[in-house]
Amino acid sequence: MTVIDKVAPEGSKAGERTSPRPTFRHKLSRWDVKVSPYLYVAPFFIVFGIVGLFPLLYTAYVSLFKWKAGSDDPDFIGLDNYKELFGDAQFWNALTNTISIFLLSSVPQIIIAVLLAALLGARLRGATGWRVGILLPYAASLVAIGIIFANLFGPRYGLINGVLQTIGLDPVDWQASRIGSHIAIAIMVNWRWTGYNALIVLAAMQAIPKELHEAALIDGAGTWRRFFHVTLPLLKPTLVFVVITSTIGGLQIFTEPKLFDALPGSNNGGSTNQFQTVTLYLYQSAFENYNLGYASAIAWVLFVIIVLIALVNFFLTGRLARTPAVKKK
Amino acid sequence: MTTVQSGLRRSVATLGKPRKATYVVLAVFVLGSLFPFYWSFLVASRDNGMLTERIPPFLPGGNFFANASRVFDSVPFWKALGNSVIVSGTVTLTTVLFSSLAGFAFAKLRFKGRNGLFVFIVVTLAVPTQLGIIPLFIAMSELGWAGHLEAVIVPNLVTAFGVFWMRQYTVDALPYELIEAARVDGCSMIRIFWNVCLPAVRPAAAILAMFTFMMSWNDFLWPLVVLDAGNPTVQVALEKLQSGYYVDYSLVLAGTTLATIPILIVFVLLGRQIVAGIMQGAVKG
Repeated sequence: MTVIDKVAPEGSKAGERTSPRPTFRHKLSRWDVKVSPYLYVAPFFIVFGIVGLFPLLYTAYVSLFKWKAGSDDPDFIGLDNYKELFGDAQFWNALTNTISIFLLSSVPQIIIAVLLAALLGARLRGATGWRVGILLPYAASLVAIGIIFANLFGPRYGLINGVLQTIGLDPVDWQASRIGSHIAIAIMVNWRWTGYNALIVLAAMQAIPKELHEAALIDGAGTWRRFFHVTLPLLKPTLVFVVITSTIGGLQIFTEPKLFDALPGSNNGGSTNQFQTVTLYLYQSAFENYNLGYASAIAWVLFVIIVLIALVNFFLTGRLARTPAVKKK
Repeated sequence: MTTVQSGLRRSVATLGKPRKATYVVLAVFVLGSLFPFYWSFLVASRDNGMLTERIPPFLPGGNFFANASRVFDSVPFWKALGNSVIVSGTVTLTTVLFSSLAGFAFAKLRFKGRNGLFVFIVVTLAVPTQLGIIPLFIAMSELGWAGHLEAVIVPNLVTAFGVFWMRQYTVDALPYELIEAARVDGCSMIRIFWNVCLPAVRPAAAILAMFTFMMSWNDFLWPLVVLDAGNPTVQVALEKLQSGYYVDYSLVLAGTTLATIPILIVFVLLGRQIVAGIMQGAVKG
């Protein structure tokens, strides 16, 4: 178990027996055993300190100032940025958009991922080929996908509207309409992540002991009953994991709405901010309006929201852990 | 009695056997996965006139290379490709190296504070680092790194996920007997890592390398913030292609196709391992 700390002192004791004073080599070796672990884990802590912890704290500090990029002496204004933020209709609009897009993407995504995993879990011919095919969108660059989907959902010449018109439906102005833009962005997100989540669910499904299904089958349970009463309950912990990760990702959504704009390069999220998300508003405040203090306040509020949701999920997981969990290898 | 039993045995044996409909549904999904890629190639290989047609053509035209060469005229695309290769390559190398080192320490070495430090790393997985872009941007400007590749490389030298991933794998993959034997032979710790640990954890390191490369190649928000149009990565260059008053879709989608081809090749070649990696991570995480 603890071979290293056992072996090392023994080795040096043996050394002491032959010569009264530890030789330089032995000292070096003991020093090596003692210090090396810290050296090996140090890079992470240094990098995290610089790019994770420091920015988080410094963002809190900056958020207390009226801090314009480029200006020399920012004014300390205490919590005024936060007060302004809570009264800022554009912020609430962005938060509503973010949650709306998040729900429109996550809910169907997870349902489809579970069904897809059930299909992929069958003894397919060429199983790996199917899995790779389903995962393909995961490899795509978000920017490329954002541009491609903005083109597909184009109001005048987009393929989607062309198809709608061909089958006799009215075209939708996907960019101008609020719900239309949310749906289009959610489709982009789902296209990219459904296959990935299906594979995660599939892994959990395969960890379910076969005997459970066989027993249920012998008890006369059909495919659907087995799915709802055997598979689904055992998937709960994995589903919570998928929900947490997609929540954290979904609340920070940026690239898709940024590229979906009819005026490319704009950070408004549509002419009336109809699909501006919180991160996009943060970006606009910081790097278009150069209002770093205000943007920092947005960052912190978003961070607190994410932590709160993560905590809720954490307690939820604790509850679910009491139900029979997937056995870990 | 025996017939009932044999019937059951038969249905137990057919458990998990796919129906034809399963293949049909999966095929629809795979086609859906492929379609946007195909569409962008379709537009890229024709001209913008195609987009105004009510029923667009299904087969690629012959203008792809003409459109692609316009991409290289419009933005510094060669430079962007080179930058992306440098950034993704460096980040992948250092992430794999530092994560393996830390994973080795956390999995196999005893030191004070080990558990506490590891828990800390797992907790940091939940901290969305992109929310820190403002102070990070200020810091990079102070350092004079804004606009330079260091600004994109340094924050990604090592990740919490990488450390976590390598630690989980090293616990099972590296027997203590091997380390002990190497110690007895007088190996230093770093030699044990290099000659004993690294070969044992190579599969996990390879998966981490692929993920890191893909993530880094596709990263957008931070490079957009910190790099300028003259020295972009591929993703930033693509965004610049698109942001004009008039969007020339053949040009833009030729650019997206060019940027996607390398990663698609990687994906097709290594797809099996990537799938295995995701599924393994899911069960362990």
